Amino acid sequence: MGFFEKLIKGLKRTKEAFSKKIYQLFAGRELNDEFYEELENTLITSDLGVEATEQIINEFKDECFKRKIKKTDDAKDLLKNIMIDAINYDIAEYEYPLVILVAGVNGVGKTTALGKLAKYFRGKGKSVVLAAADTFRAAASEQLEVWADRAKVRIIRHEEGSDPAAVVYDAIKSAKAKGTDVVLIDTAGRLQNKKNLMNELGKINKVVEREYPEADYRTYIVIDATTGQNALSQVEAFDEIIDMDGIILNKLDGTAKGGVVFAISVEKELPVCFIGVGEGIDDLLEFDASFFINELF
Amino acid sequence: MGAFSGLSERLSHIFSKMKNKGRLTELEVKQAMREVRIALLEADVNLSVVKQFVNNVSEKAVGDEILQGLNPTQQVIKVVNDELVNIMGGSHSKINIADKPPTIILMCGLQGSGKTTMCGKLAVMLRKQGKNPMLVACDIYRPAAIKQLQVVGKNANVPVFEKGQINPQKIVKEALKQAEHNNNDVLIIDTAGRLHIDEELMDEISGLKKNFNPHEILLVVDSMTGQDAVNVAAKFNEVMDVTGVVLTKLDGDTRGGAALSIRAVTGKPIKFCGIGEKLSDVEIFYPDRMASRILGMGDVLTLIEKAQSAFSEQEALEMQKKMRTNTFTLEDYLAQMDKMKNMGDMSQMISMIPGLAGKLGGKNVDIDESKIARSKAIIQSMTPKERRNPDMIKSSQKKRIAQGSGTSVQDINSLLKQFAQTQEMMQKMTNMGKKGMRGMKFPF
Repeated sequence: MGFFEKLIKGLKRTKEAFSKKIYQLFAGRELNDEFYEELENTLITSDLGVEATEQIINEFKDECFKRKIKKTDDAKDLLKNIMIDAINYDIAEYEYPLVILVAGVNGVGKTTALGKLAKYFRGKGKSVVLAAADTFRAAASEQLEVWADRAKVRIIRHEEGSDPAAVVYDAIKSAKAKGTDVVLIDTAGRLQNKKNLMNELGKINKVVEREYPEADYRTYIVIDATTGQNALSQVEAFDEIIDMDGIILNKLDGTAKGGVVFAISVEKELPVCFIGVGEGIDDLLEFDASFFINELF
Repeated sequence: MGAFSGLSERLSHIFSKMKNKGRLTELEVKQAMREVRIALLEADVNLSVVKQFVNNVSEKAVGDEILQGLNPTQQVIKVVNDELVNIMGGSHSKINIADKPPTIILMCGLQGSGKTTMCGKLAVMLRKQGKNPMLVACDIYRPAAIKQLQVVGKNANVPVFEKGQINPQKIVKEALKQAEHNNNDVLIIDTAGRLHIDEELMDEISGLKKNFNPHEILLVVDSMTGQDAVNVAAKFNEVMDVTGVVLTKLDGDTRGGAALSIRAVTGKPIKFCGIGEKLSDVEIFYPDRMASRILGMGDVLTLIEKAQSAFSEQEALEMQKKMRTNTFTLEDYLAQMDKMKNMGDMSQMISMIPGLAGKLGGKNVDIDESKIARSKAIIQSMTPKERRNPDMIKSSQKKRIAQGSGTSVQDINSLLKQFAQTQEMMQKMTNMGKKGMRGMKFPF
């Protein structure tokens, strides 16, 4: 299955839920209060949050006024473009050697995302080593090992309960020794208000910065598309500990729309880099804002 | 708490513009409910649930008498909170135990909601209640899920039954045999995370329900879930007819509006909460705590409760009488300080009072508690006669009081001056009209 087929299939349910509403909303109607209220409802039920919703609607209203748009048919493209702009970022190309660290709260799908990333870079012809730095959750490194097998990449793991920073240190050492292109670091899930665990993450981050300054280093926060407004608090807290470079938006194969990325964009300007659309090893896709929005409409 | 400044401040802003007549008017309620709506949406309560809720509460709140000791903002919050508690229901935090063992508990939910961990927590809880549970590994899909359950089982000190990645029906069937053999009276079945719209996997789990008639089917939901919580819960409930809900990850800072949404669409009780990663980190569900969390204003609610209990109606009436007759003495002043002290930390208290925090310069209210302690010490060093009649305090007495309270004569002068001002202010207020306790300012 090609990239676009996969994306379309993965987003099918998200699309069904969202575009039906949008379709009804824009079907040959006047741009009146009733219309705006329905639009607001649609955006809010997609988890955009009150603030991002207001911002998008205000911009949309202003533009409609400026361009003298009165009918919903003409307005649909306008709304699309506003929404694309809200989450569209230029992302720098990867350079190698590359280190990617994934972090996030519990149960968002970090380990799975990492397994898929391994396959993604293998597909680009790169060599990969996984660092199983979630030494806390029961059987987390076993889980990552299964992914390593599937993606046919190496994995560095220590015993459960050992120091995660040490795992990272070893993985970097190993990558340097073997000339591996990509180091992918899995970390334990941690709720953003747990000070000690967050500090531990800071420590892991320092090891990468100190031991591998020549590498292109990216840090991604994994967010469950089902999550509501708490995702904002997650981004804020993780970004404070380690400067985050992007989002992996997971579980978009459900009915959740992941609209919270708009709210994040309004407050934090953090781009979505990948989306997860299934449990298969190929179900991780590069994010493309215009394709994503176009698919939804 | 960031959300706090949201709702309570916006509410107090609305009410500050209104003449309050002792009852909530329709306009007041309407404006207040607009803010309540936003607060609930920000807490991830589902939009349609919010609409329904706001309609219900509005009807109840209009014409509501504003209780003694509360301002209109607090009154609205009280009505909203009471309704939230009401909807989320009483405590139903008991596991249904079969008349004839074994009891079968089936866990279900989306990926990453925390089913496996919760299995271990329930096992520990049941063991404490004298049961002999066994965990059954039916997540045959996620890599190392069985291994994870085994580790959890080992930590919980309960046996784990697994048959590798074979059909869950067969696993449970054999687990039942094993349980009978080993005298395990409760089976907790861990299942794979599945999307509610994945028909194949939903068939698989509803098959378990059909064939084994679990006594308890618990839907495990991540408390951070957003608007989609209603779709997920409704579908799982439709297919599985769940017996209860478990909310996980409540030790985070989520407002947890999903709790209300789920309760509203399923009508099923929320039984337990996961509040940490340790196996003992599970507690029964408290609707009142959840309500204040969703509103993001636990502190204001605590204040309302405390204000209600600290100032009984009787005391309030007495105070009013004293104000009217101008017999408010330093003894009352002292008693009032004690009341305030009962209500908790002062700077925290002030920050809890909507509107006041803003006037005192936002969040960085710094009330000098030591100053209050000093005032108290001074009054306590006075004779009862002096307290009732401060005018009689002359410089020699001031010296004695200063020594007794470890303060200076200056401190005593400033306290007396402050008291005189308070008295004067009360006199004015009484003349202005009988606003009762609500209009009364605190003596500092």
